[in-house]
Amino acid sequence: MHTSVALLMELGIVLAVLGAAGTITRRFGVSPVPLYLLVGLLMGEGGIAPLPAAGEFIEVGASIGVVLLLLSLGLEFSVEEFTVTLRRHVPSGLVDMVANAAPGAVAGWLLGLDATGIVALAGVTWVSSSTIVSRLLDDLHRLAYRETPVVLSILLLEDFAMAVYLPILAVLAAGGGLLHGMASVAVAVGVLAVALAVSHRWGHRVGRLVDDRDTEQLLLRIIGLSLIVAAAAELAGTSAAVGAFLVGLAVTGPLAGRLRRVIAPLRDLFAAAFFLAIGLSVPPAALVPLLPVALALAVVSTGTKILTGWYAAGRHGAGPRGRLRAGTVLAVRGEFSIIIVGLVALPGNPLGPLATAYVLVLAIAGPLLTWWVSPPPVRRFQPEPAA
Amino acid sequence: MDVTEVLLPGVGLRYEFSTEEGQRIGVVARRTGDFEFVSYPGDDPDEVRLLFRLGPEEADAVTEILGAPRIAERFADLTREVPGLNAGQVEVTAGSRFAGRTLGETRARTRTGSSIVAIVRGEDVIASPGPEQQLRAGDILVVIGTQQGITGVEHILAS
Repeated sequence: MHTSVALLMELGIVLAVLGAAGTITRRFGVSPVPLYLLVGLLMGEGGIAPLPAAGEFIEVGASIGVVLLLLSLGLEFSVEEFTVTLRRHVPSGLVDMVANAAPGAVAGWLLGLDATGIVALAGVTWVSSSTIVSRLLDDLHRLAYRETPVVLSILLLEDFAMAVYLPILAVLAAGGGLLHGMASVAVAVGVLAVALAVSHRWGHRVGRLVDDRDTEQLLLRIIGLSLIVAAAAELAGTSAAVGAFLVGLAVTGPLAGRLRRVIAPLRDLFAAAFFLAIGLSVPPAALVPLLPVALALAVVSTGTKILTGWYAAGRHGAGPRGRLRAGTVLAVRGEFSIIIVGLVALPGNPLGPLATAYVLVLAIAGPLLTWWVSPPPVRRFQPEPAA
Repeated sequence: MDVTEVLLPGVGLRYEFSTEEGQRIGVVARRTGDFEFVSYPGDDPDEVRLLFRLGPEEADAVTEILGAPRIAERFADLTREVPGLNAGQVEVTAGSRFAGRTLGETRARTRTGSSIVAIVRGEDVIASPGPEQQLRAGDILVVIGTQQGITGVEHILAS
């Protein structure tokens, strides 16, 4: 077997750079997502350090990254939690959708995007980043706050809405007639409903299919299954990501917990490749003219998220400070906005650069804003140095 | 005492209760097995004070500290609330053929319908013992079931 020195070297340098920079962002409690995007931008076409040899590998890694991101999202999800949440937080979820999809849709319309572009941009401004928000809540010691269940419930509803939204968007992006589109959407929604029912009824059987004491076996089986289902979903005209989400959904209970832990490091690695790939696909020169639009959109949609949080937390008895905290923490957009763009953005389309700039701004500014509005209540206990 | 349970989707559960002194306490139980204890001082719904955090092992240790003296008491309460259900204590004597064998081998639940919910071994309490749990002479089994079932467990262990 021939080993490509160039591939190993390029990939090694990229990962080392990401690792080093990630350490710095972690220290400040900022998500690494914008960092990966930035590094991708710098190394892409027209950037300072192109990657001729590793590019292809990063592309492949990116596809796996989306699958793993959505798989672990599905694993997070339990039908019981969802039904309870649905019963109590539907108004909040609706306000969230309407208030935050609107700025994106309007911006898309003003920019003269087509229907697909408008729907995509609406999605980009709608979904908060579950990963970053839940991490922030944890880092800022907010789990016990009054408004936290509301914030988490909104994230859950958004994530679930994505399972319906992504296939619809994939159908739109594929083009085709109205009738064909509607049929595909119906199929996608039908499959989702079936998957939920299966997970509810026969979750343990799906579990038995992949379960094994041996971690290696477990990992091979779940990833094998996810990739097969993802490929089938892609073939069927929805998106690979949705297929993986369904697999995650079907696995429940303690096994889901074990799988989450097993997959996490692998997911983080390939997700980094995914964000890199998005950065790589956007020429920095195309990004600059869209920066003002992205900034304006970020400001407006931060406002609408704050309103959403204000309303939702207020419904559940939080006071003014809690309502503001809920709003600001929701302002962070991240991985899902990027997944949406990955689904529809084509070269030459302003959507890719715009959304990349938008996520960059909010994934950096969001955590800072939420920190500034309400710093963590107490410093973490500092153990005394060992004598 | 009323304990309110609040769902934290994707994270775990939060329990809240008021102490007799009027302090409002919250416990965040995470899926990871970590616990966070907070208090809610005053009337401000947005004010929370972090008391301490416990890792899974630390939480286990605290449970044991709190649980050991209370375990028998709690089962007594439980049986008062559910008519027909009794709690009993059955000793594994030195002569029992199950001393040194596992709990599963007694097949006590299958044969009598009673559950062995804890094993008291000297100072220690083994809560919710699994079938692979070794029994030793001198262990006290805390059994929940009908009176008849508990007697059944006594017979099995005495044989």
